[in-house]
Amino acid sequence: MANMNLYSRGDKLFVIVNMVLIGLFTISTLYPFIYITSLAFSSGFEARAGNVVLTPVGFTIEAFKYVLADPQFWVSYKNTFIYTVGGTIMSLAFIIPGAYALSRQQLYGRRFWNLLVAFTMWFNAGLIPFFLNMRDLGLLDSYFGIIIGFAVNGFNVILLRNFFESVPQSFEEAARMDGANEFQVLWKVYMPLSKPAIATVALFCIVSRWNGFFWAMVLLQDEDKIPLQVFLRHTISTLSDDQEFGTSLLDASYSFETVSAAIIVCSIIPVLIIYPFIQKYFEKGILLGGVKE
Amino acid sequence: MSGKKIPTVGETANIGAHVSQPSKLERFGDHMRREWQLYVMLLPLVIWLFVFLYKPMYGLQIAFKDYSIFRGVAGSPWVGFEHFERLFSNEQFLRALKNTVVISFYSLLFGFPMPIILALMFNEILNKTFKKTSQTLVYLPHFISSVIIAGIVITAFSPSAGIVNTVMGWFGLEPIYFLTKPEWFRPIFIGTGIWQESGFQSIVYLAAIAGVSPTLYESAVVDGASRWQMMWKITIPSILPTIIIMLIIRIGNILEVSFEMVILLYQPATYETADVVNSYIFRQGIQAGQYDFAAAAGLFNAVIAFALVMTANTISKRYSRTSLW
Repeated sequence: MANMNLYSRGDKLFVIVNMVLIGLFTISTLYPFIYITSLAFSSGFEARAGNVVLTPVGFTIEAFKYVLADPQFWVSYKNTFIYTVGGTIMSLAFIIPGAYALSRQQLYGRRFWNLLVAFTMWFNAGLIPFFLNMRDLGLLDSYFGIIIGFAVNGFNVILLRNFFESVPQSFEEAARMDGANEFQVLWKVYMPLSKPAIATVALFCIVSRWNGFFWAMVLLQDEDKIPLQVFLRHTISTLSDDQEFGTSLLDASYSFETVSAAIIVCSIIPVLIIYPFIQKYFEKGILLGGVKE
Repeated sequence: MSGKKIPTVGETANIGAHVSQPSKLERFGDHMRREWQLYVMLLPLVIWLFVFLYKPMYGLQIAFKDYSIFRGVAGSPWVGFEHFERLFSNEQFLRALKNTVVISFYSLLFGFPMPIILALMFNEILNKTFKKTSQTLVYLPHFISSVIIAGIVITAFSPSAGIVNTVMGWFGLEPIYFLTKPEWFRPIFIGTGIWQESGFQSIVYLAAIAGVSPTLYESAVVDGASRWQMMWKITIPSILPTIIIMLIIRIGNILEVSFEMVILLYQPATYETADVVNSYIFRQGIQAGQYDFAAAAGLFNAVIAFALVMTANTISKRYSRTSLW
């Protein structure tokens, strides 16, 4: 397949044009990130004048200094860590045993329990009843509310259940002979065999927790509890309303544009760090999810 | 297919006494004694589902009630279809409904072919490193939060400093404050969605392409087919079932517009083209406190969406025989 000499002239042209187009598409995907990074390292004056196109103009780290000096930035960063770590552990604590039970043939009402999970993927009560329910439960403005209120996602349960079902029965027989109970079978046989599937679910949880914005904005009023995404949004919208921001600086070292860009860069970095791990697992994970009732 | 064949106490007793089969209740009792651990594992999940997803469904009844915070869901008086009558005479709601369908339709029209084209193109790349690298990069935006994507869009389209107006300036065009112009909202919103998701969505098609039998290509090579011909005559027909299923799912999800992104990008000046049902519900319900009225809008949306998804699933089952769920 790989031998180019076998191809006709038309094929060679086709392959080359194709590579150029894919290259262009890749660059267009990448460009906005390069642009925003360059903006973050540019001077406020140049950014405001619209002179930043590809590389930083008037290189400076003033915008980062401004962001990192804001105590609210660190508070929200810490909160995002709490929500991500706590939320992911909570999700796995509900999903792993639940999915295992759902995967067992001998479970009474197995179809019903599975339908109970699947139905939540097709129908949900909507924003208002969910919000009122959280309020009635006393989970507004609470770390615990955010961590437990979004713990389960039907798709993740089904994904893991499908994986457990695909494990051949023979793997657990030895453990059964030794008198292992269900908890031991799950812990000693299924968990080690399911590392890739569990990693996939964990990474989905981590990403959605890290990126979670809407419900954090709605449910959290206390500034000490908001996550990074809400802080980022607040900053962008208040700064863009403040026409004077940064203009009083004699050297115009930072501006609304460079400060926004600097916060964006700071909050993307952790995603970039775990991205190689995500990449390793999600392709399989996606394909494992959408099968069977 | 329980793996256990060892008779329990109840069963051995029955064998000894030569009585008839144990009753259903007895069998259930035996089963619970043996398998209670499974139900302990299942219980937290089921409780969670009831507390956080099914209880709000019960709370949906406020769509037919004059809801007051003090009386609660159950205690508020019924008002029948009053909220729905108001809803369908409300121009803002009807506008939001129309915007939802229009935005979805254009997203489908321009966004649906993109991941298919990308997957076909990735498939034609021979250099493995180049292929892997570009795939890794185009999947990335899917994992970036909508707040960040919106932040980038707001910055890039800003009237004075944004790169878009800078480039327009090179060609002597007047700067435009894009995000305040109703006619620009949809192109920007839909374009952003395509930019963010196309790469990631191509995974499904790449998997389908990977499943095409290599012998088809081998015999085509013997017949002297070009790569272009093989793509049209072998690859595309082979992945057609996947394409059709994905299309049906997309049509089923036509009421699902990413409203988080809408909320992040719209402003009062662009409501006329930007406001969708969920962003309208958010403003009327959570921001303005009209819980019952907004819940009615939500119920209407959820019921239509559910019917569409179920129809889509039934059609795809019939078409593909392998169902999605």
